[in-house]
Parts: sequence; C-alpha cells; structure tokens
Amino acid sequence: MKKRKLTIALSGLNAIDSPGPGLAVARGLLESDKLDVQLIGLAYESMEPGIFMHDLFHRTYQIPYPSAGTDMLMKRLMEIHEKEKLDLIIPNFDAELFSYIKLEKALLAKGIHTFIPENDAFEERQKWNLPSFGKKYKLNVPRSKEIMVFSDFYKASVDFGYPIVIKGKYYDAIVAYNAEQAQSAFNRISAKWGLPIIVQEFIRGQEFNVTGLGDGKGNAISIVPMRKLYITDKGKAWSGISIGDENIIKLTRKFIKSTRWRGGFELELMKNEKGEFFILEINPRLPAWVYLAVGCGQNIPEALALMAMGQKVEAFQKYDVGKMFVRYSWDMIVNLDEFQKISTFGEL
Amino acid sequence: MKIKKDIAVSDTGFIFNPVTGESFNVNSSGAAIIAYLKNGLNPKEIPAAMVKDFEVSETMAERDVQDFINMLMHYQLMEP
Repeated sequence: MKKRKLTIALSGLNAIDSPGPGLAVARGLLESDKLDVQLIGLAYESMEPGIFMHDLFHRTYQIPYPSAGTDMLMKRLMEIHEKEKLDLIIPNFDAELFSYIKLEKALLAKGIHTFIPENDAFEERQKWNLPSFGKKYKLNVPRSKEIMVFSDFYKASVDFGYPIVIKGKYYDAIVAYNAEQAQSAFNRISAKWGLPIIVQEFIRGQEFNVTGLGDGKGNAISIVPMRKLYITDKGKAWSGISIGDENIIKLTRKFIKSTRWRGGFELELMKNEKGEFFILEINPRLPAWVYLAVGCGQNIPEALALMAMGQKVEAFQKYDVGKMFVRYSWDMIVNLDEFQKISTFGEL
Repeated sequence: MKIKKDIAVSDTGFIFNPVTGESFNVNSSGAAIIAYLKNGLNPKEIPAAMVKDFEVSETMAERDVQDFINMLMHYQLMEP
C-alpha cells in the first residue's frame, strides 16, 4: 500500500523528568505503515531534548509561549509553514490548546489541519469546571472548588477534610495534610502556574490512566487503559502496564459519547475501595505514555493524523493486555553549534 | 470458589491480573495450589492433594491452603 506523505509539526519535545508527549507521538507517526511523515518539532525552550533528535525530527523551530497571544503564534507558524509546507499540527500541551482552538479555522484556510477538541468540550472539562462537568454527564468526579485567595481555602478544607489536593490550573498537584502544607502548596503552584488554584477532595484508592481518541461525533476510535507501575517523585509514570478492565473502557466510552470528544485525550482515574471510578482529570491531548498504546496495537497518533486529514478511520477493536513500558534516560552528546543555532536563530 | 478465569499464571508461579495490572510471584506450593484450583478442585479437596504430592501433614496443609486462599481473595484473584 502506498503511504500518504505528510509534513506534521508537533510540540512537547521536552523529554525530561516530567516529559511532554511529543517524542511518543513522533514515534507512533514514524512507525505508521499508512503514513510517510516528515516531522517538524515546535519547541519553547532551546534545551528540549527532541530538538537534537534528528532521527525523529527533520527540523525544529522555536515558537512563542502561549502567553504571547495567538497573533504572535500565528505569525510564527506562518513563517514555518512558508518553509516547510505543513499539512498538520499536533499540539501536545494543555496550555497551548486554547490558542490552537482559536486558530483552527485560520490554520485550515492556510492548508494546515488540526484534530483538537471543540471549544465547549475543552472548556467544560477544565479542572475548575469538573464538578459541573460531572453533574452534566453523570460521571463521578471528586468534589472540588476553585480559589483565587488562600482565605477561601478554609471553607473547602472544612467541606472536604484532610488530606486535600491542591492543583494548578494546568499542571502540578500536591497532597496537603494540614493547612500549613496547603498554604505552602498554594503559594508554590500559584507562583508557577497562576490562579485559580483548584482544591480537590482526596479520593483514596488505586490510580488508573486511560488514553484514547474520539472522532468528534461521539464514537471511540481508540481506548487503552494503563496502570502505573513505577511513579517518579513528580508523580509521572516511569513504567506502566496495559490492562483490560471493562469498567474503565465503559466509562471512557461514556465520556467520549457524552462530550462528543474530538482528538486525543487522557483520563486520570481513581478507583475507590467500593470499586467506583472517579475522573480526577481530563487531559485534552495525548499523554507522554501514548507509545504504550502503539506498542499494544493501537497507533493513536497515526489514527489522529489520518482523521485530521479527513480520512475515515475504523475504530480499533482490540489491544494487547499485559504489555509494559519502561522509560529510560539517555545522555545525548550535542555539538555547541547546534545549540547555538537553536538559541540564536530559533531553528535547527 | 475458583481462580478468576482471566488471571494468567505461568509455570514459574508468576501471576498477572489483567484487570488491575497487578502481578505477584508465588513459590512452588502456591503455584501448586493455583494449579489445583485451575484444574477444578475445590478448596476443601486441596489439602488432601497436597498431602499426596508434598511431604506435609494434613493439618499443616489445611492451615496453609486456607491462609493462601485468603490471600488470593484479598488480592481479588478468586471469584465466589
């Protein structure tokens, strides 16, 4: 079968201790038997490891942070598009999705496709909207409250009790066992990620994760659940195993159907002692461990790229249960002139 | 009472629960008890089989089998 040629730009090249999903997505795309891809890296900082991984990325460009606004991003993407003739962009960070949702039509007018959630679905699953999200779709979520000032924390702590989870609006979560720890977590996270801070009820139990792909019409194209086997001090999976829990698959189908989710996602779930599942978080992009799904027989990045280009993709019917991933770190030797190019000219 | 049907057990005593992703290692006696259960013996029949196959008294076999089955239940590897 002739492979379809595509030039795809993607972000999340920060394969660090709290890794972005870019490299895993890149590997899935490069291993596709339906696509012949040329990958363009989109980096925010000049030391993201993916920039220097030339076997994965043909070229990498630095792009402005989301805080610079959508006009700046569009301008930079057009400069890149002029040189690389992009077919598709796969944004891999929560924080940049808002910009891409805003730019979706403008990008498409220039011939650049995306396959991302619609604005309503994106907004209603935000951490600070989770309680109303759970109520609307009849999905179990922990009780939570968004706070702008720490004095509002006390009411939440009385309602939820300790321990209590303090979360940043995009990233970071700290479990606090008393008000002092909560205040320190509030200060630390708000200094890094801004306000609001989300205060969430702590659900005791076993954590599970699931990644998948929705077609935007309510159908699940892919669902692969995983249990973390080894967790780093940052709470990231260093190793995990695919599992075959039908209840998780059913819950995920319900999520996709009711939100008519379009694009990749990750659900963070907690199973309590009664066996009830709670959705702790809905990440609106593929996770860093998505290569496990590829290894289990569901190449989600490939399916996402095909769907973005308007091709019909049949839903995956099976995946291997009991496949593991084990992450590793690797020192690359990088010539100074490469680092100089990316940090001076913003491209390599 | 029997081992859940989707639980995978290797000859070396490695157990994998595909629903939870948990895995366990058991010694040769544990592997034998699981094999008896998989072959359709009910827990009350297992001590007698252990006495026949291992150098163990019936009292000790009864106690150890019960302990082991309790543990299998605790880890949700058995179905009623």
